[in-house]
Amino acid sequence: MARMKFLCDADRCIECNACVTACKNEHEVPWGINRRRVVTINDGKPGERSVSMACMHCTDAPCAAVCPVSCFYTTADGVVLHSKDLCIGCGYCFYACPFGAPQYPRVGNFGSRGKMDKCTFCAGGPEADLSKSEYEKYGSNRLAEGKLPLCAEMCSTKSLLAGDGEIIAQIFKERVIKRGYSSGAWGWQTAYRETVAT
Amino acid sequence: MIARYQPLGAMLAVWALCFLVALCPPAQAQQPSSVNPTAQSVKEQDLLKELHKVQGRGSIPDTKSYVIQQPAGRDWRQFHEVTLHWIGGIAILGMLVLLVVFYLFRGMVRIESGRDGRAIVRFNAFERFVHWMTAVCFITLAITGLNITFGKELLLPYIGPEAFTEWSQWAKYAHNYASFPFTLGVVLIFLMWIVWNFPTPADVRWLREGGGILGHEHPPARRFNAGQKMIYWVVVLVGGTMAVSGYILMFPFYETDISQMQTAQMVHAVAGVIFVAIMLAHIYIGTIGMEGAFEAMGNGRVDVNWAREHHSLWLEKQIAKGRVQEPPASEGSPAPAE
Repeated sequence: MARMKFLCDADRCIECNACVTACKNEHEVPWGINRRRVVTINDGKPGERSVSMACMHCTDAPCAAVCPVSCFYTTADGVVLHSKDLCIGCGYCFYACPFGAPQYPRVGNFGSRGKMDKCTFCAGGPEADLSKSEYEKYGSNRLAEGKLPLCAEMCSTKSLLAGDGEIIAQIFKERVIKRGYSSGAWGWQTAYRETVAT
Repeated sequence: MIARYQPLGAMLAVWALCFLVALCPPAQAQQPSSVNPTAQSVKEQDLLKELHKVQGRGSIPDTKSYVIQQPAGRDWRQFHEVTLHWIGGIAILGMLVLLVVFYLFRGMVRIESGRDGRAIVRFNAFERFVHWMTAVCFITLAITGLNITFGKELLLPYIGPEAFTEWSQWAKYAHNYASFPFTLGVVLIFLMWIVWNFPTPADVRWLREGGGILGHEHPPARRFNAGQKMIYWVVVLVGGTMAVSGYILMFPFYETDISQMQTAQMVHAVAGVIFVAIMLAHIYIGTIGMEGAFEAMGNGRVDVNWAREHHSLWLEKQIAKGRVQEPPASEGSPAPAE
């Protein structure tokens, strides 16, 4: 069984934000919610690196553990999803998430949070696959169509890889060997408790 | 005819100049033969070790999205799912067990000389209003707050996810709205009772004798005894802590970053469960723990003998102010002074 993961090769990311745009468009993500974002470290200085970050679909997901209403579930592929029908917008998953993936629409005054929204690995939600209600709540379900997440598909430099963890780790390893350097698989230690040996 | 070829001459000159310039080897542009971009690049592990988070610069207005890794979230999860459950369980269940055992062993503290029959005003309407407003809000806040931590274990398996979400959604709003009258109540309690809650010498003796609760002694006390003063300061200080940490949680990221939010939640949770445990004892003594205590807050008046046994110094003052009626003359007992 495939274990889905993301890997952003920071040495290739050019901060074009194609991944961000693709995700926003494909799922009609509401204004103010950013499922995926690109962050640049040491911007303008030598050794600047950009990383595209969204939900990493962690092993033993901390968001799922702290949810007071247990609205999360992990699919057989290792994709961490949640039910917006059960979510109460308490905000705890954001405190627990090491990557800042959960987002909340602003529905009320002050800090009122609406239902949490986050990257679904293009795998929809608990509603029936490819149904209208699934699209309205969670965006498109590419995995049910046998496709991979659109952010990785649209990446202009193929720095963002998405798919079975072993396959993308292998791709990354080959790249690193060929070019001779790597700044590592960002987030893998925190999310999956493993590093890609290079 | 020559005039048409003049621009061509100019162009040729320019090209010749460029050719000459290109011939000069630009020393800086020459790359060293072995490139190692990683030598200068940021390493994830270095950043994590130094700052305990990885943060950069993004291009969207949401500045908290610029933190792309905060492993402290894992530690907070461990606190919330494990540590807090232990602290809360021990504090609250421990207190409940203690109170049950105490009641079985000591029973209700009675008015030993029996009721006098005369009543004396102890708390006026405003004081009772503030107390009950704060108390009702406290109960609401306690139940809805504990639901966040313990609800999914204690309630969700019995009522199912949809009903539990419906209840929890309502509970979240109730918790947030009830916080305002509760905070107002704490501030009013602080102001209206502060003069009677400073430590006095009578408190030392009262504490030494354990308030007389285990034996049948009645150490003198003023309007509030040392136990009540402790409750007062717990309400003011812990209640104030709950308010401050709670409002930080209710206005997330207005002035705080993620680790400050996690800290606010930890303070709110630990102080909360301890507050609940202490208030259980307060509720116990004010209801089944002591005969004649509830009516002080219920209708504001207490029996004179109750006052004599538990707040003798206060009663003396009230008598001196003429607030106690004369006893019925036919009883043959001496005058009520002292």
